[in-house]
Amino acid sequence: MSAPLLDVRDLEVAYGAVTALRGVSLSIAPGEVVALLGANGAGKSTLLRAISGVVRAKRGEIVFDGAPISRLPPAQIVRTGIAHSPEGRRVFPGLTVAENLRLGAAARGAAKAEWLADRETFYDLFPVLRDRMNQTAGTLSGGEQQMLAVSRALMARPRLLLLDEPSLGVAPLIVRGLFKALASLKAKGMTMLLVEQDVRMALSLADRAYVLRTGSVVLSGTAAALRADQVGVAAAYLGTHQGTKPI
Amino acid sequence: MSRTQTIWIGIGVVLLALSFFAQNLLPDYAVRVLTITCINALLVASMAPANGMTGVFSLGHVGFVAVGAYAAGILSLPVATKGSMLPDLPGWLAGWYLSFLPSTLVAGCVTAAVAIVVGAPLLRLSGHFVSVATLGFLVIVNEIVINADSLTRGARTFTGVPLETTLPWALGWLVVGLIALGRIASSPTGRAWRATREDVVAARAIGIETQPTRLSAFVLGAFFAGIGGALYAHYLGSFSPKSFLFAYTFTLISMLVIGGMGSLSGAVLGTVVVTALSEVLRNLERGMDFGALSIPPLYGASQIALGLLFIAIMILRPEGLLGPREIRFPNARSPKETTHDSAAP
Amino acid sequence: MSPLLYLTQQTINALAIGSLYALVSIGLSLIFGILRMANFAHGDMMMVGAFATLLLVHAGVPFGVAVVGGVLIGALAGALVERIAYRPVRGSSDVTLLLTSLAVTYILENLGILIFTSSPQNFPLPALLDDVVSMFDGQLIFTRINVLTLAATGVALLFLGWFVTRTTMGLGMRAAAEDLGAANIVGLDVNRLIIVAFVLASGFAGLAGVLWAAQSGVVEPAMGFTPLLKAFIAAIIGGFGSIPGAVLGGFLLGALETMIVAFLPSSITPYRDAIVFALLIAFLLFRPAGILRVQGEAKL
Repeated sequence: MSAPLLDVRDLEVAYGAVTALRGVSLSIAPGEVVALLGANGAGKSTLLRAISGVVRAKRGEIVFDGAPISRLPPAQIVRTGIAHSPEGRRVFPGLTVAENLRLGAAARGAAKAEWLADRETFYDLFPVLRDRMNQTAGTLSGGEQQMLAVSRALMARPRLLLLDEPSLGVAPLIVRGLFKALASLKAKGMTMLLVEQDVRMALSLADRAYVLRTGSVVLSGTAAALRADQVGVAAAYLGTHQGTKPI
Repeated sequence: MSRTQTIWIGIGVVLLALSFFAQNLLPDYAVRVLTITCINALLVASMAPANGMTGVFSLGHVGFVAVGAYAAGILSLPVATKGSMLPDLPGWLAGWYLSFLPSTLVAGCVTAAVAIVVGAPLLRLSGHFVSVATLGFLVIVNEIVINADSLTRGARTFTGVPLETTLPWALGWLVVGLIALGRIASSPTGRAWRATREDVVAARAIGIETQPTRLSAFVLGAFFAGIGGALYAHYLGSFSPKSFLFAYTFTLISMLVIGGMGSLSGAVLGTVVVTALSEVLRNLERGMDFGALSIPPLYGASQIALGLLFIAIMILRPEGLLGPREIRFPNARSPKETTHDSAAP
Repeated sequence: MSPLLYLTQQTINALAIGSLYALVSIGLSLIFGILRMANFAHGDMMMVGAFATLLLVHAGVPFGVAVVGGVLIGALAGALVERIAYRPVRGSSDVTLLLTSLAVTYILENLGILIFTSSPQNFPLPALLDDVVSMFDGQLIFTRINVLTLAATGVALLFLGWFVTRTTMGLGMRAAAEDLGAANIVGLDVNRLIIVAFVLASGFAGLAGVLWAAQSGVVEPAMGFTPLLKAFIAAIIGGFGSIPGAVLGGFLLGALETMIVAFLPSSITPYRDAIVFALLIAFLLFRPAGILRVQGEAKL
């Protein structure tokens, strides 16, 4: 196995007195798509937020491409190659689609020619964004906003894309289109860490998956293995699993 | 009544008794500083209900002090003086006057009435907006005082108020104010005040109406602000609209904040600390001569130092010295009360 | 007097005062938008800008250069205040932010008194700019500084419009005002954005201070207090946090004050500020989010 692109070791994160992650370790190889599954409040979003530097770890290490990043500010983490499409999309509602995309490239200080060209590729990937490029993002539908959020993250030209619940609040038909686009990104070699409630959808895209429960990894394995062991996954979600981990 | 309250009242009564001797024994300077400290402490304590406990941060408190001072001044000016000082005074005010205590009480009531009128719309606002709007109230009071020539002599100095406020009077009013505010703050009304600060939605859910609750704190504070203003008028004898503007506002707020918002003992502590500090700095600011080394006067330096202290408190201890807690004397009979420490988010 | 000329005269008056309110309220809104902070020290940047200009002129710098220098010094002062006093309390409660800015005002005004005393000083406006222009047999009267105020405000607003729609930094600032957390996630350098916002806001206030001093003829440490309150009203009317709202609010307020002076009996005009504040409060009760902002955040 090649050196991992991202290596999270024994990560502990707390919000005040509440511990959200207790000693989580995971790794992602270059080109791999890894899904992060688990019930609400299991710590999935917290893990993504810790990786992108928005929340600080109390303990543990996050290594990206061989270098520790857990003490870098978010702007610098984006520059080293990790982009985050956050939970709830968080597009800038008063800015136009085009402006939102441009800001995605701001962290790496892209030259105008660069971000203009990149923007075109995402207009090609999601043609609806081109139609709406001068509309403010707040006027888009949930699905369109999700496409915008993903594209905005990709404008940073990341080597690792963090995706938080892309299907949340999006019509099923649009979700399928979105996942098709993600699959094409995967085919081009994009490494992704995907948080998703829709287990079937997630496992169809991912190579491997981890299941989190109350801040700890309770199950992990290849997507194929987990697809086959639906009872085990459900048990891990609900907390009846006894912890035999097919790693 | 809790043991703590009993002890506080005891201390107040003893101090009050001592103050009768103190005003004859201590040097004039000390008596003056102590008297002003008592008046200021009453004013700062009267800010605690609204600003500290309900979390409606009013910047207009000094407007109430002005109302109280002018009301007391107009009411207590002897008839002869009224004729020369305020020749255009409306007839119904011109022919009579009140002595010290009644004029003070009426000034407090007038101020409370103003607070009802002003607070009813203002307190429907929240957060920054209420602060800006109450600062607007301060400006409005100032503008009215300057322009209502027949009542206030406009921008000119209002003089001739009988000098009646002595140290025992100021301390006596402080004790009365603290007992009243303390009793109410520890009653269900006081708990309702604090509930509207902690969580408006939760307060509503248990049947506490935000607006009337906050208004009661606002009006009660205004009453004592009016009393304090009246004491000021009777202490200084003369004052002008300039006396009741931003500088005084900030001084009172710094006393409240440095001592600890939401606590009456904090209000008194803050007043004492800031007054002591200002007096020391004011003496330094006049300039000094150490033989060869002489420091020229630096007017404004003491205010700057106070501002810097204030910012340091905001950064290091935003809850002030005492926070929302009161100084307590442990009660031997009942189980120890746990102080509720509302940490900043 | 012809009604048309009268109307033109009142419009000039309204624009001359409204543009100053707009310049100050833009900065208030910009900073409130990003930090949710009512910055009471904002008005003091007017004082800093005006005094800096005054000192530069006294030092022999040509007036035009001195104005630019004064505005830049005002901008720098704003950035320093952010770095020294506001950053350590960033993210604290509303009251803490508000009180910190009050303390900064208190310090700056007393610093002004310490250096310049509290008495007003003459603002060295070149005589040329102070000239009164009289047209149509004196039916239309304005000073050159009125015209210059309008021109300077126009240029400043055009610059601002270009900055917040065409530059990455300006877009980032708007993004931060809409969702500071998301701006952070996207990798925008939030600290830098905030500093730039303060530079811009304070520079505008500094410019307003110079223009204010030029119109009134004097500079004094407390000169920023009343304009600050007016700018708060303007920003709140427009929708606190919205830049176009602040501009709109500023000009509306200028128009309102001019109308009070022009149309109401002279016994009422001394109460102009009181009327304006009362109207603000009435307005806030009916439309707490302002004219241009519909995000429900403003009210309980």
